[in-house]
Parts: sequence; structure tokens; C-alpha cells
Amino acid sequence: MVAVIVISPEGAETRIAAAEGVSLMQAAVGAGLAGIVGECGGNAICCTCHVYVNDAWLARLPPMDENEDELLEGTASDRTPASRLSCQIKLTADLDGLTVTLPPRQY
Amino acid sequence: MNTVGKLFPDLGGPATPPPGVPTLDADPFCEAFFADPYPVHAQLRDAGPFVWLSKYGVGAVARYAEVRQVLTDWETFSSARGVGLADFVKHGRFRLPSIILEADPPQHTRSRAVLNKALSPAVMKGLRDRFAAEADRIIDELVEKGSFDACADLAQAFPLRVFPDAIGMKREGRGNLLPYGDMVFNSFGPPNSFFQESAPRAKEAFPWVETQALRENLEPDGFGQICYQAADRGEISHEEAGMLVRAMLTAGVDTTVNGLGAAVYAFARFPSEWRKLRENRALARPAFEEAVRFESPVQTFFRTTTRPVELGGCRLGEGEKVLMFLGAANRDPRKWENPDVFDIGRATVGHVGFGAGIHMCVGQLLARLEGEVVLDAMARKISAIEITGTPVRRPNNTLRGLSSLPVTVKAA
Ligand code: HEM
Ligand code: FES
Repeated sequence: MVAVIVISPEGAETRIAAAEGVSLMQAAVGAGLAGIVGECGGNAICCTCHVYVNDAWLARLPPMDENEDELLEGTASDRTPASRLSCQIKLTADLDGLTVTLPPRQY
Repeated sequence: MNTVGKLFPDLGGPATPPPGVPTLDADPFCEAFFADPYPVHAQLRDAGPFVWLSKYGVGAVARYAEVRQVLTDWETFSSARGVGLADFVKHGRFRLPSIILEADPPQHTRSRAVLNKALSPAVMKGLRDRFAAEADRIIDELVEKGSFDACADLAQAFPLRVFPDAIGMKREGRGNLLPYGDMVFNSFGPPNSFFQESAPRAKEAFPWVETQALRENLEPDGFGQICYQAADRGEISHEEAGMLVRAMLTAGVDTTVNGLGAAVYAFARFPSEWRKLRENRALARPAFEEAVRFESPVQTFFRTTTRPVELGGCRLGEGEKVLMFLGAANRDPRKWENPDVFDIGRATVGHVGFGAGIHMCVGQLLARLEGEVVLDAMARKISAIEITGTPVRRPNNTLRGLSSLPVTVKAA
């Protein structure tokens, strides 16, 4: 299992445990976490799974592809250099402890 | 025995079911079924994970798990031989296939990349305020009236106003869009009376749609131009750009009309959900999603096998059509709790009302935006919705929706 810490816009922390290989979006939706919507089911079209990855983890994620980069231009909450789409983050053992902050709005 | 054999005269005789497959003589393309598909959906799901429809000589899946399996495996379940009953290889192409809906990769990938841009979250963000203002205006007008037809005056009127505007179309002639879409969505079923009756009116609409999709007829700031810009960059041909604009005009009107209609109809029948939405307007968007699950405005599509495959425990050969019942999957009790209840607090993630996999609706963000702003405006301005006449169903081989829904609303 991979542990992920999700911080709400107000600062509340939730710890979720997910199976290796699922996406962060799937893990969060599966855990019933409000704040990650995932309307397109992870098809990388909707942008409602936006997260801000905490600094310590940002460089450790595989880089985003061109499509994700373009999609992030349409996020409902401001895009920052820490912005990623959680459906494109596959949880692996070396991401144990990954910490992300939720944006105020997903649409 | 075989209706298709008669209607597609060049079909080489009826296909036979693989051994051991449960066979049903239900007709999912007739008026009685459209009036109440749910008992037949249950029959299809309960008969087995893969069933045979003897009337059309075709296999079908109606349970959530198998519908999803077929949707998400394009390499085995191809769209390129047509997503209707007719198999382009066996029956010939009596209509021009769509270069996105009825294409596999790599053609699909190229077309899809362009429409993903035209209908992207960033483009939607730019449309939001305009759509919301238009929703406010239309709901104000309707509240003023008090009694109206929720189909013609709302579910049709709203998309017909905002969608062609957003693409960048001219005002004149937009009435052509509905009969055009009606015919195209009928054409995915058998060439029955619904299809034949929708054809003449659509014939007039065809040349109009073709002309409207031309670059010179689109406003410079509409998202239709995004397709032509992709052509300028060499990503697709200019002819393909026109085809993609037409694909949006075909797939983007009737679907949202029926989606909005589904939402209003559902709220009128479930007043407790209307109160829930009025108390928490943040539910407007999830509520529209639930309406799409609940009514499944797009009920069915077909695929064709590219190789022998096991589906629901049955061996299928290569080149076999498979009918997917999206509407039945969205109400499969194996997947959903109380599936026949419209519950706007439900977790709808994974519903197949917009499909799934590589062909999952490319216009879903636009559809949701329309649904959200209309329901939000209604929730602010309307306290109660009452059905005041008999709702009339609009028969269509693919789409589920009404042609008339007389309602009276109470101003908030
Ligand atoms: C509530 C409204 C809508 C519903 C229920 C709906 C449903 C669907 C479904 C089920 C599919 C999958 C087809 C398949 O797997 O073969 C699809 C694909 C598609 N939809 Fe929608 N749709 C809606 C609105 C729209 C809008 C507004 C547009 C255009 C602006 C649009 C354009 C398309 C296109 C072009 C495809 C083909 C995508 C591909 O093959 O990659 N749809 N839609
Ligand atoms: S879930 Fe839609 S883009 Fe991530």
C-alpha cells in the first residue's frame, strides 16, 4: 500500500492508503475524498482532478506530457508550477508519503 | 426470421449465435421499448453477461461490467466498421463514417487531439460567463410565463442558443440542427420506420450543415475555428477540419437537448431532490451528471470484433457486431445501489452515459457546463416544478428523450 497525504484548501490533512498502480485520482475518489472530482474518469480531458504537489515531491514525479500541460491551462483554480492532474499520477512504492494540496475549486 | 436480412438486402444471411448464448426476441428499437425500456433492460442483464437478440441476429451486453469491458478495449472492439447496426464491411457504407466516432487509432487519435483542443477546459472556462448569463435570461423568461413546454422552450431552446453561438455559427437556419441530429442518431439502429421518417426532413438539413461548417461561415472567435487552425498547422487536412466541425454539430445538439430534458424531467418527478438542490446549489453539476446516468440520453452504440474473443464467458468470432446498452449498464443493480432512484448526492463516477475509454464523449465538458448553468439558474429562481400534461416521448433508435413536457413552475 502507498500512503498519500491530502491537504484541504483550509489546511485539514487526510491520510489515504491506496494500492500500488492506481492513480492518485482513483485513490482519492475511492476513499470518498471531496475535492478531487475526476469527472472524466481519468481520461485526461476534464481537469477536475487538479492538485498542487508539495515542493518536496514535485521533482520526484515523472514529468507531465504535453496534453496534461495543455489541460492545466483550463483549471478552475489558478495553475501554479506545482499543479498536476492527479489522474496522471500513478502511485508507486517510491511515492509513499506523497503530499498534495487541493485547489479551492475543481470547476 | 431476420429483420436485418430484409432491410439490408445485401446482408449475407442472418448470423447465428455462438453455442450456449441466451437468446431473446426483445426489440430494443421499437416504440413499446422506448416507452418503457427498463423491464427489457432487466431481462437482458439477468439472462446473462452476453446475450443474443434474435430479431436482429446480433449479440449484446447490458451489464455494467461487460459494457465497460467493451468500451475500454478498442483494439478488440472496433468502431471503424460503424457504431451502428450496419457493418461497413459486410453491408457497405450507406453513410459517410465519422472520422472520430467511427475511426480507430491512428486516425481517431489525430481527430481526437483536435477536438480535445476545441472543447478543452480552457475553452469552456471562456464560455462559462456567457452560458450562465444566457441561462439566467432564459429561466427569467420562463418563470415569467409560469407554464411552458420544458422540451421546446428550455431543453431545446437553451442549447440551440448557446452552442451554435459558441462554435461561431450564423443565427439563421439553426432549426435544421435538430432534424439533422435526429436522423443521424436514428441511422445507428435498423433502417426501421423511425429512421425512414426522419430521413426526408434531414435531407434538407444536410447541405445546410455542410455549408455552415465551412471556414468562411464561422465567426473568427468561435471554437469551430480551432479545427481549421489545426489544419493550418498540418495536424489534419482542411477537409477533415470541416468534418470535425460537422461532427460537433451532429453530436452536440440533440444529446444536450435530451440531457437537459432528462434533468428537468427527473427533478419534476423527484421533488425531494429539487429541494436538496435548492438548499445546496453546489450540487448543480453533480445533479446533471446523475441525470445523465439516470436517463442515459445516448442509450446504445455498437462495436465490431477485430479478432476472436471471449466476452461474458462466450466465444465470439472476428467481425461480429456487439450492441452495448449504456442505459442498462447505468442502472445495473450489480453496480449501483437503488439504480432506479434519481439521487443527486450519489457518487456517479464510472457511469457510462458519456461512454468510456478512447471514445468517451469529447463534448462532455460542454454538456456539463450547459447542465450546470441551467440547473443553477433554475435552483435560484424556481421553488417547485409540476408536470401539468402528459409527457410525450420522442422515438429515436439511439437517443432517449421527450418531445414534449408541459410544466408549471413556481417562482422562488
Ligand atoms: C449530455 C450530452 C451528451 C451525451 C450523453 C453524450 C454521449 C456520448 C457518448 C456515449 C459517446 C461515446 C460514443 C462511443 O463510445 O462510440 C460520445 C462521443 C462523442 N460525443 Fe458526446 N455526448 C453528449 C454531448 C456532446 C457534445 C455537447 C458534443 C460536442 C460538442 C459531443 C460530441 C461527441 C463526439 C464528437 C463524440 C465522439 C468521440 C470519439 O469518438 O472520440 N457530445 N458522446
Ligand atoms: S480525471 Fe479528468 S483529467 Fe483527471
